[in-house]
Amino acid sequence: MTTLQRQENNPIAHLTAEDIEAIGRELDAIRDEVLAARGERDAAYIRKVIKVQRSLEMGSRAVLLFSLFPPAWLIGTAGLSVAKILENMEIGHNILHGQYDFMRDPKIHSTTWEWDHVTPADQWKHSHNEVHHKYTNVVGKDNDLGYGIMRVDENQRWHPFYLAQPLWNFINALFFEYGIAAYDLELGKNLKTRKRRNNPQFRANVKAVGRKIRRQVLKDYIIHPALSGPSFLHTIAANFTANLVRNLWSHSVIMCGHFPNGVSTFERTSIKGETRGEWYLRQMLGSANISGSRLMHIMTGNLSHQIEHHLFPDLPSSRYPEVAVKVRALFEKYDLPYVTGPLPLQVASAWAKVIRLSFPNRKPMPDADPSIPPRMPVAEPAAA
Amino acid sequence: MPVTQTLRNGAWRVVELITTPVVPTDYLDVIAPLRNPDVLRARVEAVRRETANAVTLELRPGRGWRPHEPGQYVRLGVDVDGIRLWRAYSVSSAAGHPSGRICVTVNAVRDGVVSSYLMDHARRGMIVNLDLPAGDFVVPRERPAKSLFVTAGSGITPVMGILRSAGHELSDVVVVHSARTPQDVVFGAELRELAARGTIRLVERHTGADGRIKPADLDTLVPDLFERETWACGPGEMLDAMADHWAEAGIAERLHVERFRPTVLVAGEGGTVAFERSGVTVEAPGGVSILDAGEAAGQLMPSGCRMGICYSCVLPMREGIVRDLRDGTVTTAVEGDNVLVQTCVSAAAGPCRLDA
Repeated sequence: MTTLQRQENNPIAHLTAEDIEAIGRELDAIRDEVLAARGERDAAYIRKVIKVQRSLEMGSRAVLLFSLFPPAWLIGTAGLSVAKILENMEIGHNILHGQYDFMRDPKIHSTTWEWDHVTPADQWKHSHNEVHHKYTNVVGKDNDLGYGIMRVDENQRWHPFYLAQPLWNFINALFFEYGIAAYDLELGKNLKTRKRRNNPQFRANVKAVGRKIRRQVLKDYIIHPALSGPSFLHTIAANFTANLVRNLWSHSVIMCGHFPNGVSTFERTSIKGETRGEWYLRQMLGSANISGSRLMHIMTGNLSHQIEHHLFPDLPSSRYPEVAVKVRALFEKYDLPYVTGPLPLQVASAWAKVIRLSFPNRKPMPDADPSIPPRMPVAEPAAA
Repeated sequence: MPVTQTLRNGAWRVVELITTPVVPTDYLDVIAPLRNPDVLRARVEAVRRETANAVTLELRPGRGWRPHEPGQYVRLGVDVDGIRLWRAYSVSSAAGHPSGRICVTVNAVRDGVVSSYLMDHARRGMIVNLDLPAGDFVVPRERPAKSLFVTAGSGITPVMGILRSAGHELSDVVVVHSARTPQDVVFGAELRELAARGTIRLVERHTGADGRIKPADLDTLVPDLFERETWACGPGEMLDAMADHWAEAGIAERLHVERFRPTVLVAGEGGTVAFERSGVTVEAPGGVSILDAGEAAGQLMPSGCRMGICYSCVLPMREGIVRDLRDGTVTTAVEGDNVLVQTCVSAAAGPCRLDA
């Protein structure tokens, strides 16, 4: 990635200030349409997903009580993996965004929801909703760019530490939920000085994460295995596998949101006095989608519609597919690159970048990587 | 047994540990929504049409219910087009039903979102949310020698609850009831039957033909008016006029009223925002977010992105009306709703009371 301002082929060079505000108005109109239609269907949808997830989790954990038998282990582990993925992605992430707050149901609300994750919901909401979604892809502001341990943009200064970043990325994938907890705590920054270490807010946050980890570990690695009796060790292995599967899956999906080729980053100074139209445009150019089936979209928590999610983070995820049709038409109308592709391709693209940028580069390079074809043919500019 | 109790508590603790970060009852809700002791719900067991504009719901309250006293009301939380809205309804059935069931009678209110939804969509098997019974519109244990009930329209519902429960214990009862036409009288047949049996003296007034009752009319309709303990339920103007009449007679304490307050909230521009816990009050203009207005007035406000995406700034609105600065959507809250509003993109559109 190269910040938009330094790209050789600036994707928005052809837009006037009036165009950008017009895009903003069109996106506002798309949002209004969804708000007018939002209601029973969306409430029924999230309730159904929650019901399926809870039934699947209860069923899988019950089967795992007999995990000594290989078929039970396989079925239970597969079921629990899917349940855990649903819980974090389509349910937790989206409810914590306030997407279903409109229902006024205190049981399904961003202020009361807690998820099956070692990072407490309120800390995640701060780093994700407040920081990442506001400063999407602004170098130096959005810590999601490389999570503070990787260099994913030519403009980030190289350091020998980054030579091993493919390894860091792999380790982060394996223990992703702990990586997120460390990230939400801003451990790197907060452990540096004594003053920061002793900050009461930081200490309280560390305590909260500690409590959450204790409960999560107790559940998956002590209580549930103990209830399985002779299957004790097998259930530990099953729960470890389910957590691992979820970590790898969510890490892959989330890497595809902003790292693949074709996504733009932005300079810190570029967001000064940003208008609503410009904010929308930054979300459009700073995110990438994943194409696939309906099941695929549900399993990614509709983060496969990352572009739509970043434009409208508080609209119900169940509406993203229909919103995507309109948003994509808008991209074509204004001749903007809509970055999307199947999961394996997008994951490969993101990994290629992690590997490529582990080495120093002399000057910011154009974003195009000849080894990977563009995923979406950009409409021919009419005047060209 | 303390031992079994200890064992049960221990077992429950284990279940809690395995269902973290949610609670065991969240899983129970998947199978048995009425068994949740933390969230009171009820199942609609039967739906009966009373008149063209009224419907009675027979409800089976779930775990955590406490029986009501005749005359009290319950608040129902109904999901209307996916949004939970709470409204108060008087219990119209007799107290002490062996199965614990209760009936509420819903009268269609003009522009009433919940009442019209229930008229059209209430079905057997539907689950609604419920609050414990409340209200002091009740007849004292020591029954009065003479009583009078003055009701209009849907105001008959709590009185019907009282008559069905304690009608036989009240010796001298007059009911003055107003409705637009004879067909509009909710429980009309039952009231006339009670009158025919001599349990009550019924004065039925059809306002469509005869006009509304004034307090002065009551003096002639019920000659021993002020000797009676009186309960009144109906529109605000009727209750106000009666309160004046009783106050003039110097016996205001003998009149008990129940007000159905259909809070009328009209969206305007700006309004007074009161932060209840801190006592801060501010005049917020229509173009300024409540977050900005509150901060300017020295109120400590939670905040985040300040552009309506992160939901860090939401505060419960106890009562009031706000407008979304982005799209103009109007959100209202009546007492008990506690609607959470995003203060960074919401401006006052009338007086608001916030829980902060």
